[in-house]
Amino acid sequence: MYYYYTKNKIMKIVKLIPVLMLLAAVSFTGCKPKDADIKASIEKTLKESPATSSVMVMVDEGVATLSGEVSDEMAKAGLSSKVQAVKGVKTVQDNTTLPVAAAAPVAITADDPLSNSVKDATKDFPTVMASVSGGVITLTGELKKDQMQKLMMSLNSLKPKKIENNLTIK
Amino acid sequence: MALQDKYKALTDAATTSGVSDLLVREQDGVLYIDGTAPSGAVKDQLWNTYGQLDPNFSGGDLIMNINVAKDASVTKVKVITDSSNLNIRKGPGTDQPIVGKAAHNEIITLISRSNEQWWLVRTDDDEEGYAYARYLEEA
Repeated sequence: MYYYYTKNKIMKIVKLIPVLMLLAAVSFTGCKPKDADIKASIEKTLKESPATSSVMVMVDEGVATLSGEVSDEMAKAGLSSKVQAVKGVKTVQDNTTLPVAAAAPVAITADDPLSNSVKDATKDFPTVMASVSGGVITLTGELKKDQMQKLMMSLNSLKPKKIENNLTIK
Repeated sequence: MALQDKYKALTDAATTSGVSDLLVREQDGVLYIDGTAPSGAVKDQLWNTYGQLDPNFSGGDLIMNINVAKDASVTKVKVITDSSNLNIRKGPGTDQPIVGKAAHNEIITLISRSNEQWWLVRTDDDEEGYAYARYLEEA
């Protein structure tokens, strides 16, 4: 018989099966880049643009998660597709943020209009003397406690830099 | 940051009481709180809170500029001077000539809110001019 196997030979083949399966598994995954390699490739891509150079990336089973700050809107808009194009990336989770716009500096009223407004605001408080210099209103003299809030409400709305309140409470 | 902590009760109150366009900025050792209160009562409440944190308003480290949302439907205002008449002037400024007077507690017509300090008003005697907004309240 040509196709005759001894029991011994069959046993040898059976024993080989797990080894073959392992080999097959290794050779299949070998075709796909490992997460660490994908991460390295993405990082290389991110470093190419200064806008994305500080973005951090994590890769888990081909899912790339991006975090950190992208310095401009254009770069952020194109970020996902750029990373998606890296070999081995299945999906991209973009958790990056744009920098928070810095608040506009506080506008301080110039001394001339501020002096006039302060004069208007303090006119009805004859015991209060006020001077204005460099946006700072300095109050001297005296005032009844129950009048203080009324005066301060007016002065605070004039957009001064600061109020130095040296008033003596009567 | 220390200033924002010092006045946290104030900024929290502004947020919860519905102050819009709230802007809290710290610059050169002074905290600036700007915003628009939905009503005069909310503004007063915030000033009371400020008064609790700094009873004599003498800290020199806070400028709170809270306006009250303008209600365009309001056309009548009440004169809330302590007891005296309210001067009505030709222009917005105490250097402007007095063109008329409104009595304490009188209800007069609001024509426009020219700025935060000066409102254009008209009395029943047809005297028209600017009055200091501190002495007017929506009637």
